[in-house]
Amino acid sequence: MDEYDLFAPVQLAEGVSVFRKIDHPDEVDLSSANTQKPAKELFFPQSEVMFRYEKVGKRNQIVSLDEENRERILFGARPCDIEAISIIEKVFVSEEYTDVYFLDKRKKTTLMGLGCNHPISTCFCSSAGGDPFLRAGSDLFFIDLGEAYFVELLTEKGMAFHQNKFFKEADPRDLTLVKELEGKAFEKVGYTIPVDGIEKRLDLMGESLFWDRVHEICMGCRICTYLCPTCHCFDIVDEGGHQRGQRVRNWDSCLSPLYSLETSGHNPRPSCRERTRQRLMHKFNYFPKNFNQVACVGCGRCILYCPVHFDIRQAILWTSSKRPKGSERGVL
Amino acid sequence: MIQEKIREKARELLTNKTVDLIIGFGEGSLPLRTTPRFIRNPEKVDRLIWNSFCENNLSAYLHKLGQFKVGLVVKGCDARSVVALSLEKRFKADQLFLIGVPCQRMVDRRKVSRAVKGEILQAREAGDLIDVKGDGFEVSLKRDDFLYSSCQVCIHRNPTRTDVLVGDPVEESPLKETYQEAKAFEKMSPEERWRFFEKETSRCIRCYACREVCPMCYCAECFVDSSNPKWIEKGLSPSDLDFYHIVRAYHQTGRCSGCGACERACPMGIRLTYLTQKLTMDVKELFDFETGIDTETLPPLSTYEMEDKQEFIK
Repeated sequence: MDEYDLFAPVQLAEGVSVFRKIDHPDEVDLSSANTQKPAKELFFPQSEVMFRYEKVGKRNQIVSLDEENRERILFGARPCDIEAISIIEKVFVSEEYTDVYFLDKRKKTTLMGLGCNHPISTCFCSSAGGDPFLRAGSDLFFIDLGEAYFVELLTEKGMAFHQNKFFKEADPRDLTLVKELEGKAFEKVGYTIPVDGIEKRLDLMGESLFWDRVHEICMGCRICTYLCPTCHCFDIVDEGGHQRGQRVRNWDSCLSPLYSLETSGHNPRPSCRERTRQRLMHKFNYFPKNFNQVACVGCGRCILYCPVHFDIRQAILWTSSKRPKGSERGVL
Repeated sequence: MIQEKIREKARELLTNKTVDLIIGFGEGSLPLRTTPRFIRNPEKVDRLIWNSFCENNLSAYLHKLGQFKVGLVVKGCDARSVVALSLEKRFKADQLFLIGVPCQRMVDRRKVSRAVKGEILQAREAGDLIDVKGDGFEVSLKRDDFLYSSCQVCIHRNPTRTDVLVGDPVEESPLKETYQEAKAFEKMSPEERWRFFEKETSRCIRCYACREVCPMCYCAECFVDSSNPKWIEKGLSPSDLDFYHIVRAYHQTGRCSGCGACERACPMGIRLTYLTQKLTMDVKELFDFETGIDTETLPPLSTYEMEDKQEFIK
């Protein structure tokens, strides 16, 4: 295993965990259903140096590109986070365009998913097209049986670990236990949020009063977009000066007024109304149009961490009520 | 009952068209949570609620006011933010009707969640107790053991400015020593202080929730967003994170009501109120000024007097 860097959830403070490189098994913390920051940051870091430059003689020269030089393992990511990586991959790796930064990390990483024995009440993965034990995307899939993990080797990358003799043959009784755990988790998550067909419903709602209602409590922070495992907008900036510097790619958020501000001073999304609409439309209308899939995996982070407790499930439900209700009066 | 009185007043204000809308609190979709609720129809005032989970400082919405007249539900700290904002001329005097609530101190939902094993699926406030239920547990917790730290030290629970007070005034006595966080911070050596500060800020993801939920952060262009001149980079380097947090806190000098909204909003659990509390304590000591008490006096850093103390110039 020495040839791998292992990434897993670690606790940064009480009740706050993220994925980080592990040096010792004791650091791993699987106590919460999901980390605060999703696993996307291992492939699409919040702040990433694209290259550094330096003036040599009269010319600027690129002095370094930081590539991953070691193989990596992502352990303990829940199926929603794994699914989200494949959603982002649709944007970053396509026939027309390949993002080398994303692809480099993606290629060098083995994904070890972990089934959700105890989904929490904000989880709605089943409604969003996933499920608490979704294997798709994982190279190896772990299921916590209490005393041991039941492990499925799903891809060639995953099979490579079989040869290392880490695992022993599973007992047929374990399979029964797996089915039981799956059944319980499926029942708990349920299938209650009408994500199906939302793309079509939103087609008709561009100027609906619905948006007045959706945006009014939003205070315009970026929590829901930064903690979202599928949000993938970025802003490229140059740091430094004439002698040396670097080009950096940082996460950006459609909820920031700056995001759509044009050089002229004009902002096509002048208020929170247009910005919250963009957030939901991108997830549930534009993205499905481009990629046949909603850009939401139902992880529930945006519900849990919103300072004003905006519940995206409620917004999805509103789109399917017969007459989407707006406020009685225009925007505040 | 406070909740009934809020609804009654809201109905009256909307029916008489004294205000265009009421901003109060409504039921959240999760236990231990409420959500800001905007009510425009007098028939819908029953959606307004009051309990120990009404944690948001609703005065932050005043910047979205435009020409509308608003009835705002305010606790002690929120009312003090309103006073501070009115000194900064953020709205017209006749635009706002304050429904003031003597505050019972708000419950820290994270502390409650940590006290039990497993997810809380139901919560109910019953007098001094919070009854919580989850998968395989059901316990009653003492409300006062789970308050926000900013609420424990609060000495202004009664709104200092209000158009109507719903409920009887409460006794102004802090449960813990006022400025206790700031004093604990002061006691550390400079190295310890810096380590503590850096450890907290290192978790920052620059979502700016602390800025957005703060009623006093309303600059048309925040210094972190300015690109010309560029004061700060947009990444996660420690110096940028430290810079953001120092300047954010410093800009609150004499303006912070200590409501704690910044710390509550942080998804990464970063402690923030010890910084603003320290500034509040210094302003009190140096200028005998407290935010939002007096509706006439400007904060010390907004004015200049020949008699101003200047011991800090050495």
